[in-house]
Amino acid sequence: MAKHRINITVNGTAHAAEVESRLLLVHFIRENLRLTGTHIGCDTSHCGACTVHLDGEPVKSCTVLAVQADGCKIRTVEGLEQGGKLHAVQEGFTEKHGLQCGYCTPGMMMTSVALLERNKRPSEQEIREAISGNLCRCTGYVNIVKAVQYAAEKLR
Amino acid sequence: MIPAPFDYHRPGTLDEAVALLARHGDTAKVLSGGMSLLPVLKLRLGSVAHLVDIGRIPGLEYVKEEGGTLKIGGGTRQATLERSELIAAKYPILRDAVVLIADPLVRNRATVGGNLANGDPGNDLPAIMIALGATLVVRGPKGERTIPANQFYKGIYSTALAPDEILTEVRVPIPPARSSGAYLKLKRKVGDFAAAAAAVQVTLDAKGGIERAAVALTNAGATPIEAADAAKYLAGKALDDQVVAEASRLAAAKSSPSADRRGSVEYKKEMARVLTGRALRKAAERAGGR
Repeated sequence: MAKHRINITVNGTAHAAEVESRLLLVHFIRENLRLTGTHIGCDTSHCGACTVHLDGEPVKSCTVLAVQADGCKIRTVEGLEQGGKLHAVQEGFTEKHGLQCGYCTPGMMMTSVALLERNKRPSEQEIREAISGNLCRCTGYVNIVKAVQYAAEKLR
Repeated sequence: MIPAPFDYHRPGTLDEAVALLARHGDTAKVLSGGMSLLPVLKLRLGSVAHLVDIGRIPGLEYVKEEGGTLKIGGGTRQATLERSELIAAKYPILRDAVVLIADPLVRNRATVGGNLANGDPGNDLPAIMIALGATLVVRGPKGERTIPANQFYKGIYSTALAPDEILTEVRVPIPPARSSGAYLKLKRKVGDFAAAAAAVQVTLDAKGGIERAAVALTNAGATPIEAADAAKYLAGKALDDQVVAEASRLAAAKSSPSADRRGSVEYKKEMARVLTGRALRKAAERAGGR
């Protein structure tokens, strides 16, 4: 079936590729670009492990076609660290033990980064609402919230 | 999971999109946010030969009042509706619903047009648009036509939309003074569809009684359910406990939910009754508070 030429900028690097219509964005990121920090969890747009930023908005990349992202800017967890320095959210997850198994962590962090870009002083309730589409099965939400609060403080 | 192969088209205008749909007939499907369609294709519950992506067509995303009408573009993302000051200030029934649709990440992609046109009885906006007396604007090869929201839904995933038509806009008459609404939804967890949900819109008379009401239910049958009996009963009544009880009973009597993991038929009918009563009180309280 049809192939499409797409141009996608990922973490500031432009990529051109020929992809099948049905290729999912998450597969493009993981398999074509070998950026495996973005995880596949439920694969049915529930768990949020695959969250990336699409033109600045956090979305579930298992439920976006790569061709839909043609011409767009993608940011993945690999794009958070800048110049060898962790993003405040990454630092927060480390400092506050915001992860146990780590599977949900890239998605949690991408959602948290987007939240803090929109809202510098989120309340606990706002943090919980923002991450409500990201599931942690270690039930580490208490420390995840603390990690986001740490990052919010740090970014102010 | 990977969908079965399909051809993907990204028209630049609505006319091009309609022409593609006309050419490919029922082998084509409109892709908007994709939050319902892509999971269906991935799970292979459905397949399609041609996807017509209207997500990049300019001019389909707006929320505005114009000439006595609230107009919402079909391509408006749920997140845009959620952040709209106009919606927060003047349309609490929509505000109630939008924060309960799926989850925040899905709402960054999901669109108003998709939620309405998909025909899933679990979708929240259809009942609300019925309660608001909305009209849906659709574009096809012969031009534009309008369909009242309460005549749009024919069955599960079956609507008045022809295969070569696209839902482009929702028009809601701006409610008169002393009007408001509420949407109450019972769901097990974030991301779930409603076990039961009730949309109520009221206009109060000068004494605080009900001048006009509209009631509709989500996930209470094959289509959104318009509880016309309850609305008719409410007109002209003062809202006391007995009236709320009777209107709620009439609304629940119109529901015909199916048993599933969200609950039994009896439970869902009872929840529809309880939620209708609460939504009615909340709508009236909001309308009186203006």
